[in-house]
Amino acid sequence: MIMNRMNKGLLYLVLLIASCLILFPLLYTLSSSFMTNGESATYPPRMLPSHLNWDNYMSVIQTIPVLRFIGNSFIVSTLIMLGQIVTASTAAYAFAFLRFPGKTFLFALFLATMMIPWEVIMIPNYLTIKNWNLLDSYTGLIIPFVASAFGTFLLRQSFLQLPGELFEAARIDGCGHVRIFLSLVLPLSTPAIATLGVYSFLNHWNMYLWPLLITNKEEMRTVQIGISMLQFEEMTSWNLVLAGVVTVMIPSLLLLVLGLKPLVRGITAGALKG
Amino acid sequence: MEKDLIIQPALKRTTLLPAFSTRSMRTNRWLERILAFVFLAPSLLLFSIFLFYPLIKSVYLSMNLTDPRGRVVQYVGLRNFTDLLTSELFYKSITVTLSFILLTVPTGIILSLILAWLAHTRLRGVQLFRFVFSLPMAISVGTGSIIWMVLYHPTLGTLNYFLSLLHIAPINWLSDPNWALLSIALMTVWMNLGFQFIVLLSGMQGVSEDIYDSAQIDGAGPLRTFFNLTIPLITPSIFFVTVVSMIGAFQAFGQINILTKGGPMNSTNVMVFNIYQDAFVNYRFGTGSAQALLLFFIVLILTLIQFKVLEKKVHYQ
Repeated sequence: MIMNRMNKGLLYLVLLIASCLILFPLLYTLSSSFMTNGESATYPPRMLPSHLNWDNYMSVIQTIPVLRFIGNSFIVSTLIMLGQIVTASTAAYAFAFLRFPGKTFLFALFLATMMIPWEVIMIPNYLTIKNWNLLDSYTGLIIPFVASAFGTFLLRQSFLQLPGELFEAARIDGCGHVRIFLSLVLPLSTPAIATLGVYSFLNHWNMYLWPLLITNKEEMRTVQIGISMLQFEEMTSWNLVLAGVVTVMIPSLLLLVLGLKPLVRGITAGALKG
Repeated sequence: MEKDLIIQPALKRTTLLPAFSTRSMRTNRWLERILAFVFLAPSLLLFSIFLFYPLIKSVYLSMNLTDPRGRVVQYVGLRNFTDLLTSELFYKSITVTLSFILLTVPTGIILSLILAWLAHTRLRGVQLFRFVFSLPMAISVGTGSIIWMVLYHPTLGTLNYFLSLLHIAPINWLSDPNWALLSIALMTVWMNLGFQFIVLLSGMQGVSEDIYDSAQIDGAGPLRTFFNLTIPLITPSIFFVTVVSMIGAFQAFGQINILTKGGPMNSTNVMVFNIYQDAFVNYRFGTGSAQALLLFFIVLILTLIQFKVLEKKVHYQ
């Protein structure tokens, strides 16, 4: 409707300018990561490398254990994601379909946990993990995040939107709750579960403060902490640091490409009308 | 689009169950309760250990002094709080936090509102622009900060180079106390743009096309449609983005830790960074917890105000 009124070309132009402004930091990063040391240190700064120079990527891998960091982040984010899907889907099923005393209260309690800011609880959580001797361990990185009130809320909403007749039919056929859960509700809710998966993976892939607090050993660092190591070791050669940045960004960019659609739908369904 | 929150639970469905004998009904009910418990137990256990217990522990820690290992050594009552409330640094960090919020939240929302409006058309190739606008969402605070650190570099950075092309003197983006917070805010706006854009765009997509068509028949121009129709109709999304962005701005930490470490001259020392310094650098877990609780109350009060004041203006369909 804007189209009819406004000049199409003008709209494209504005969109293009906005895209350039937003993309500039990323394109500059990508371009610098292919420059040689000499090219990246010149003034006025070059915008494009003379040729695609993969050396920086090789030296990133040699300077810091970046593959190890990516592996760590991958293990941590994947396990948190799977854990959240399991705990949130079972809890959501209980809230959506099971009768038990104190249901309303417990659901309100779950929602209330979303209000507790992380800073308030991070000091005691750090002390707990420290007392359990879980500093520098995958368990310590993962376990505080395995339950998710947001995920429970999101899945409950989507479970409740499944057609009720299906369940009645299944009941009459003599299916118990566990079977209904595993063979009806879960498969029918794959879009919502995918949303939760993408959201939770991205969030924990990008987690910064918690891994900073509880990891000291280099081999336990996640990418976000590891990448700032490059900053201190190699601040003189940006091309190298930026090659590291690109390496670290690739997995989350891929996930965004794959997950943008379900994410948009999921955020709208779960959060907006909350 | 799923419109409403379905609060009425499964009552209707479960009462439709074929009634067998009363005895099996009773065992069924017990089985259901046990199953509910089993299904909820993992979440409840984890919340108890990592949310409820620490919440209480924070209150306890805030009234004590601790040793560097986090063990309580002395009960001091409310002294941690009174110390804070009389400390200049604490007020400075509140001021910095509030300025940071004012610099990032309205700017980000206005920009993403414009972007969403531009991208909410049926132009060919608009999908590509939508993807570009949501890209910053995939950038983590760690990588985003390093990218901007390079851009902000005082002598070799591209930003100062562009300024020099315009014959503007170079700016010490991160080391000038007058500029540091603005620079952090600028990169934060960029980083948050993706998420805000996605939420606002999906809000606009939820508005039915008929409304726009009838507005067009009435002869309303694009700007009038935007201000008199689009904005009022997507107030739920705007409200959601405002609340979430504000809470997010209160929690900003990574970019400050990487780019400025709270300096220069505490000009970027936001509350969360101050808490981190107190607790994990100086090992004063007591004052750290006290600050965290005060931060919690500030966020809570501001969120409640937003719900009370703003939500009245929100138009739910």
